[in-house]
Amino acid sequence: MRKISFAQAVNEAIDMAMSISDEVITFGLGVPDPKGVFSTTLGLQDKYGNERVFDMPTSENAMTGIGIGSSIVGLRPIMVHQRVDFFLLALDQLINNAAKWNFMFGGDNNIPITIRLIVGHGWGQGPTHSQNLQSIFSHIPGLKVVMPTTAYDAKGLLLESIFCDDPVLFLEHRWLHGTEGEVPEKDYRIAIGSSKVIKPGKDITLVSLSYMTIEAMRAVEELEKEDISCELIDLRSSSPLDWVTISKSIKKTGRLLVIDTANESFSISSEIIAKASMEIFTSFKSPPQRLALIDAPSPTSFGLTSTYYNGAEEVFAKVLEIFDQPSKPNDNLKSDHSHDIPGDWFKGPF
Amino acid sequence: MAKLRKGVFGRLNSFINNHIIIKSKNMSLFEMQKRMLKIRFVEESIAERYSEGKMRCPTHLSIGQEAIAVGVCANLNKDDLVLSTHRAHAHYLAKGGDLKKMIAEIYGKVTGCSKGMGGSMHLIDKSVGFMGSTAIVGNTIPVAVGMAKGLKLRNKDAISCVFFGDGATEEGVFFESLNFAIIQNLPVIFVCENNLYSVYSGLEVRQPKGRKIYEMARSMGIEANHGNGNDVVEVYEKMLKAKDNISKDKGPQFLEFDTYRWREHCGPNYDNDLGYRDESEFLKWREKDPLKNVLDSSEFKSYIDSLKDDICEAHLFAENSKYPEYEEFLEISGIKK
Ligand SMILES: Cc1ncc(C[n+]2csc(CCOP(=O)(O)OP(=O)(O)O)c2C)c(N)n1
Ligand SMILES: [Mg+2]
Repeated sequence: MRKISFAQAVNEAIDMAMSISDEVITFGLGVPDPKGVFSTTLGLQDKYGNERVFDMPTSENAMTGIGIGSSIVGLRPIMVHQRVDFFLLALDQLINNAAKWNFMFGGDNNIPITIRLIVGHGWGQGPTHSQNLQSIFSHIPGLKVVMPTTAYDAKGLLLESIFCDDPVLFLEHRWLHGTEGEVPEKDYRIAIGSSKVIKPGKDITLVSLSYMTIEAMRAVEELEKEDISCELIDLRSSSPLDWVTISKSIKKTGRLLVIDTANESFSISSEIIAKASMEIFTSFKSPPQRLALIDAPSPTSFGLTSTYYNGAEEVFAKVLEIFDQPSKPNDNLKSDHSHDIPGDWFKGPF
Repeated sequence: MAKLRKGVFGRLNSFINNHIIIKSKNMSLFEMQKRMLKIRFVEESIAERYSEGKMRCPTHLSIGQEAIAVGVCANLNKDDLVLSTHRAHAHYLAKGGDLKKMIAEIYGKVTGCSKGMGGSMHLIDKSVGFMGSTAIVGNTIPVAVGMAKGLKLRNKDAISCVFFGDGATEEGVFFESLNFAIIQNLPVIFVCENNLYSVYSGLEVRQPKGRKIYEMARSMGIEANHGNGNDVVEVYEKMLKAKDNISKDKGPQFLEFDTYRWREHCGPNYDNDLGYRDESEFLKWREKDPLKNVLDSSEFKSYIDSLKDDICEAHLFAENSKYPEYEEFLEISGIKK
């Protein structure tokens, strides 16, 4: 099958949605500019015109409300922000309006808005350009939160999000935009709230999300050589959680490691581990564990980010620890490029 | 003024003009030109070395916009407080921020002004009243108003001053902050650097045609003025007047200055080839270089020579400095006491 990048898959999903329905509009700072939001919106304005594809003032809160309003009268807006951090100005519109509108007016008042938020990483993005806020959004009833890892899932989940009648936050890790995968040209949808078993295994369940799934895949291969068979689940959405797939896997393996891109406390990993402890406690052969960021803001310095962030090596080490095996270095997991970029090919923009 | 202007754009070699004290005590034109040169050469040095990959953080250069920072800060005392944005190098340096600490911060070193935690977008030098720059658009405007409130309440003579771009005036927080500053009559000066762009988005897709930001501010009830941001004397004089107004209890002040960013929004390169703006527009603005006739004036030769040495030394200092220890990061973030 044809391979395209994650960014192209996003572009294709928007393009397809806009051609299927003229209710779909897309806007955000930089949407029609020459870089096209990391090339995810390139060509759309030419194709669909500047009434449906447009730039916006630096007014995140108002533009979110404007998106909500337009959706009340039948549009399906896709708003994008180049960093999730910029969208924090719009929490009022998101949490008090988008998430509640349908509920507080007694139902039948859906807000079908899709909000694409890009998550930064590396190259000194620092404390206010690389936050991972999926748990904040997932905490709010009335919102759906999607975090695809592969190009295939990006297209199917974005199409599903756009045509879903509820507000959806669609989080794209910046390091995934360049990754390639097989993506059908046709229209297909992936249900929000369904995770995917990327690799079946029998000894331990790894639940991972977004970019960390790429790292986990590399670790899982090396763990196989250590005779540890991992079942790797890519979460794909954090709200709603696919508890069926996760619990089924834990019951089979008896062990759990949740791998998150965010700070560890009050996180998606907290929620999964809490639920597992409450509901299937007796299935565990060893205490459930997590691998997430320490509870500190992301530092800027190159000298700190290598320790701060986790990668395949940390996943490998953590799993060995769970099996009480002595730690050992694994040369295959060492990356051949600088730790703060996804690869030497990556020249920004960040 | 006319005579002075001749001094700026005409006979720069004239000793008298170069050492003229504009209207009052604060700073000579010569000194302001030196400060602009300093900013220009520092920024050029960053652009030149950025591709070495040792300054690994998003970096927004102020080249082309030096006059506003210098003309404004020339009117500020050490205890007057300044806040800024993602594009902060000029403001930091104009307020007297330590050069070595700024460069080290951009290199992510522990000797940096924010100990390597913040990078280019988070500069601070409290010893000279540069109270911080942040990376979220509009984000420091209310903070400046809050500082003004604090200064007033504590009967301090000082004022607070905040720089921001044209893009920031599209944020709700801009209006909310002005509103509060006006109703409480706070000693704050809002300085809008209008460089026509927010990243690659021109004003035409963000604000109504013909909008004058300063007129909009004025209509809210704040005293507002406007000027050529590439003319340091004009900036200086408008700022002087604004500061004077505050001391006469005329309340908060708003200044909008027209200017232009020469290089790409973020990073060291030129990007006119991208197509979001015309090369001809850039060339027109480059003609209005705030450092025109200064860069190649023999008057500044020895200053430029010593400046280059200082800048090299600052880069060397940064390169030779250590990254922060992980322990220190844990302490600063409050994880470890
Ligand atoms: C709230 C928010 N929205 C968007 C951004 C992305 N962003 C970074 S700088 C910038 C440009 C803002 O333009 P302006 O205020 O005119 O400043 P300039 O870069 O022109 O100096 C934008 C949109 C941000 N940092 N914060
Ligand atoms: Mg601007």
